[in-house]
Amino acid sequence: MVAAQDVTTQRSSAVEEKSEASSIETEQQSPAKERELAILPVVDIFEDAHQITVQAEMPGVSKEGLNVQADRNNLVIEGRIGLEIPPGMSALHADLKTTQYRRSFVLSGELDTEHIAATLKDGLLTVRIPKRVEFRTRKIKVDVP
Amino acid sequence: MFENLFMSFGPDGSFDEFRRLESQIDQLFRGSSWPAEIRSVQRGTFPPLNIGATPERVDVYVFAAGLDPKSLDLSIQQNLLSVAGSRKVEVNENANYYRRERFDGDFRRVISLPDDLDPERVDAKYRDGVLQITIPRRESARPRQITVN
Repeated sequence: MVAAQDVTTQRSSAVEEKSEASSIETEQQSPAKERELAILPVVDIFEDAHQITVQAEMPGVSKEGLNVQADRNNLVIEGRIGLEIPPGMSALHADLKTTQYRRSFVLSGELDTEHIAATLKDGLLTVRIPKRVEFRTRKIKVDVP
Repeated sequence: MFENLFMSFGPDGSFDEFRRLESQIDQLFRGSSWPAEIRSVQRGTFPPLNIGATPERVDVYVFAAGLDPKSLDLSIQQNLLSVAGSRKVEVNENANYYRRERFDGDFRRVISLPDDLDPERVDAKYRDGVLQITIPRRESARPRQITVN
């Protein structure tokens, strides 16, 4: 997978994508679910003083087809494309080869997973994960005598 | 029916394995004399699109999240459909970026469609990040039931 080979991936970053090895571990727990075909949504991930924001592109997914799950360690975003397809339609060309999106990330301890907020607009999912108050960056004032 | 538009490969095939195979096939054929469709684009080009056909119409689904429909420029000439537009990704200046995978800027895709379409009656709508363009086939080209007396 491209993600696993991405040399710019910062190992020390607070949101870390699940490596292939760890997804194999989960596969043993729930083989049926992990094996299902899924598109890896493209994402932007950025961090400011208060929070980490994940923006994921999931065109075709409505609020009803979206599933965002987080526990202490993991963030999973899933969605199913729900389009109005006329009966009997066959594909002449298909860049997307399945209707399911899925991508998961490993979270780190300073993130407050109880207060994650998610919005979906025009197929763009925005997930905001606040940092615990004690971990927020504080400006340190330097007194010059 | 729905899965047909996406040519899904069933629950027992691994999608990642399939993608790896696809890119190997891409590499294999790029250097060979195997003919490619003249308007085909590199895998991963923004925006991805699916084209579906029924006896009555052809639908083009353009997957472009967070688009301003006003930025879109659609045109059709004979059987060539051109979809152009621009998507601006807002950059948070005060943030530290770990990943920037989203496409930012102008795009254009030109799609060659079947010959029997009626370009006078094109319909387009943008919903949940998908632009759906519907082009009916010409009446004369539609299959007709022939009754035998």
